[in-house]
Amino acid sequence: MSLSHEAADGITHVSGVDPIFGKLSWGVFPFYEPVIFYTFIAVALGGIAVVGALTYFRLWGYLWKEWFTSIDHKKIGIMYMVLGLIMLLRGFADALLMRLHQAMAASGGEGYLNAHHYDQIFTAHGVIMIFFVAMPFVTGFMNYVMPLQIGARDVAFPFLNNLSFWLTVSGAVLIMISLFVGEFSTAGWLAYAPFSGLDYSPSVGMDYYLWSLNIAGIGTTLSGINLVVTIVKMRAPGMTLMKMPVFVWTALCTNILIVATFPVLTATLALLTADRYLGTHFFTNDLGGNPMMYVNLIWIWGHPEVYILILPIFGIFSEIVPTFTGKRLFGYTSMVYATCVIMVLSYIVWLHHFFTMGAGANVNAFFGITTMIISIPTGAKIFNWLFTMYKGRIRFETPMLWVMGFMLTFVIGGMTGVLLAVPPADYVLHNSLFLIAHFHNVIIGGVVFGIFAGIIYWWPKAFGFQLAPFWGKVSFWCWLIGFYLAFMPLYVLGLMGVTRRISQFEDTFYSVYFVLALIGALFIAAGIGAFIIQIIVSILKRDELRDATGDPWNGRTLEWSTSSPPPYYNFAFTPRVHELDAFTQMKREEFVRPIDGFIPIHMPRYTATGIVMAGFMTVMGFALVWHVWWLAILSFAATLLYGIGHTFNYNRDYYVPADEVREIESQRTQQLTGAAE
Amino acid sequence: MSDTTIETPKEFYVIEDSHHDHAEHHETGTMLGFWIYLMSDCLIFGILFATYAVLGQNYAAGPAPVDLFEVDMILVATFMLLFSSITYGFAVLRMDVNDLRGTVLWLIVTGLFGAAFLFLELKEFIHLWHIGATPMASAFLSSFFFLVGTHGLHVLGGSIWLVVLLTQLGLHGLTHENKRRVMCLSLFWHFLDLIWIGVFSLVYLTGVLL
Repeated sequence: MSLSHEAADGITHVSGVDPIFGKLSWGVFPFYEPVIFYTFIAVALGGIAVVGALTYFRLWGYLWKEWFTSIDHKKIGIMYMVLGLIMLLRGFADALLMRLHQAMAASGGEGYLNAHHYDQIFTAHGVIMIFFVAMPFVTGFMNYVMPLQIGARDVAFPFLNNLSFWLTVSGAVLIMISLFVGEFSTAGWLAYAPFSGLDYSPSVGMDYYLWSLNIAGIGTTLSGINLVVTIVKMRAPGMTLMKMPVFVWTALCTNILIVATFPVLTATLALLTADRYLGTHFFTNDLGGNPMMYVNLIWIWGHPEVYILILPIFGIFSEIVPTFTGKRLFGYTSMVYATCVIMVLSYIVWLHHFFTMGAGANVNAFFGITTMIISIPTGAKIFNWLFTMYKGRIRFETPMLWVMGFMLTFVIGGMTGVLLAVPPADYVLHNSLFLIAHFHNVIIGGVVFGIFAGIIYWWPKAFGFQLAPFWGKVSFWCWLIGFYLAFMPLYVLGLMGVTRRISQFEDTFYSVYFVLALIGALFIAAGIGAFIIQIIVSILKRDELRDATGDPWNGRTLEWSTSSPPPYYNFAFTPRVHELDAFTQMKREEFVRPIDGFIPIHMPRYTATGIVMAGFMTVMGFALVWHVWWLAILSFAATLLYGIGHTFNYNRDYYVPADEVREIESQRTQQLTGAAE
Repeated sequence: MSDTTIETPKEFYVIEDSHHDHAEHHETGTMLGFWIYLMSDCLIFGILFATYAVLGQNYAAGPAPVDLFEVDMILVATFMLLFSSITYGFAVLRMDVNDLRGTVLWLIVTGLFGAAFLFLELKEFIHLWHIGATPMASAFLSSFFFLVGTHGLHVLGGSIWLVVLLTQLGLHGLTHENKRRVMCLSLFWHFLDLIWIGVFSLVYLTGVLL
């Protein structure tokens, strides 16, 4: 790349950039790579099929009016889940490519990917799985479930919620575009400087990374603010802090962490962006820049981030275990305090990601010890779930299988984490496949298992019918077996000294481990396939699986007290809460559902502002990646003006007439009598 | 329940008077949300301050603060910003007695002081650029321009917001929503003042003293 050169005065002059098309030209389409070419054909055909089907069935208007412009937290929650699922397929395809390549490369061949392409794949895999799979799933759960659990009708800022979602989509779209237009970053999921600087990564891949994460990161920050205010201000009367369901507690702590860390990500990436676009010297090797500053800053965000992912998942488990054991949660108070302690501690452990920086024995000891301490509240949680199950009547429904798979797997991952927290051990294991095995152990065994448990648990609430258990169980066993086959060999390889991110091997000694890992990945592929079959089969058989009661699992919290799916206003009357497990108490004291006396309900109006603004932001990101300056300025101005225009609209809410509420509620009454007969 | 203790049946839902409770309820939510936003913004400045603290002495054989800063002019700019905070306070006082004219006038004065601050800052940046002290010259200058510039961009954003708000006040007067917006911008404006005090002390005063 000869697009830029350092002039004598130290200012980077960009030359050879077309004023209209920036760096775009016909050469940017990487179709000379057969893998990408065939992927492109498959995606294009799939895309045409989807667009064709939507047009044929005239669904665009419905999608636009009922979903894209919706500010109903339930619909936004479901859209987050759909985004997560789509991106899971992309991220997992990357994983399979890597596993296959490494198995081939370690068995005497060269594999089928060149090193540059391989680097892009592991980077895309990491970025997508964390930012566009785990985050949307977790945010989706918090969006859907939390307002229902606190007896609210929506989140505090419904429009902002829609905007946050579409900004996340915008980031995902930019990453997907990078697959076919230009290329993606090769710098790993955290883009360590100075490698991610202009000198070593001159291509547009890094720029896709930066703009994608910056746009999505703003969305996440806004969503964090929104959900914190929702929990603090909008709980049903009587629901004091210590009567909140554990999932709400974990959502609160997670969103506090989001608000307290995502600005760090935004600032750090902005500085790196400045290094690349303006030629500043924050993280460069020359003129006083300090690359280790970048590594510190990115991990100050990065470590809390993994707790942002896992805390709500702990909350999901804390809902599922009591429900399926028919007991109240053991040690509610300790669960709450454990969550808060983890929230605080997660902020002071970041340096354990780079003990090898050489900060000195005292600094390393401090961060090693804080890291080890964090395993104590986490361990307390495991014991709480175990004691909840102890002497309970456990129903081995699919969500409960995932919970038990989680407890076994996560404990192993936790222990290897504590091992890595010992600085001398870390010096040996740093950047090895042992580390890869460790964090997949906690993220798959924790976050992913929890996501599946949560989807199956709350699916009947969202859609009014249950998921067929058979394929769910197939999915679970494939994932569990696949996980152990795929990652236990990586622990062994890591202990033998194999480092991460390697695409070529000279020694065929490791072959058997990499082949085993490939077989594991294929099992996981089968698990994902079974999960999708489960959804399709369940939709086809939805009449058999229908749940009219709204409470298929004998649930304990308020979301089960309304219908499935809940009416758009959630509750005809705001619930009043007296104790933890509010719905259990309502059932125990034979609560009678009110059937008249309805009053108008205050609700926010749908708006297209969120999707339009995010659309402009996507164009802006793309234009900035390709240095199409006029388009970037234009789309930025459009975003700003559209946003300002939105503030001139004072007519943002309306009242649902009491008659409409009565109509919906009497349908529900009929449904309930039907279910009782 | 026919226990010995008398137990009133529990109410499990609220019959709210939907027309009155909502407005107040939402107000407090917005203010809290805005506070949290400000704290997250404060973290961005925190990172920029930390970056300046770490990189601020990496002059890379280029100019140091002593060679660059004209503290006299910075002090004038500082007072422009401090005055604008006071005048914003006056605007809020007028708003509390529902005096639209007074509110608007004081807000305009605030905007003028803000513009004066921005003008002086821009003047300083142009001067620095001319003598070769660009953000590309050294890590010190990179972090300096980013810390001070980010603050400046915030003031610019606040000024645009002020213009929008004045238009909205002109259109709708001191309605509930508009009062809330005036209060949010007030928080934002005072927050920027606080950040500037940090910038002035850490960057300029410390820079020329050390």
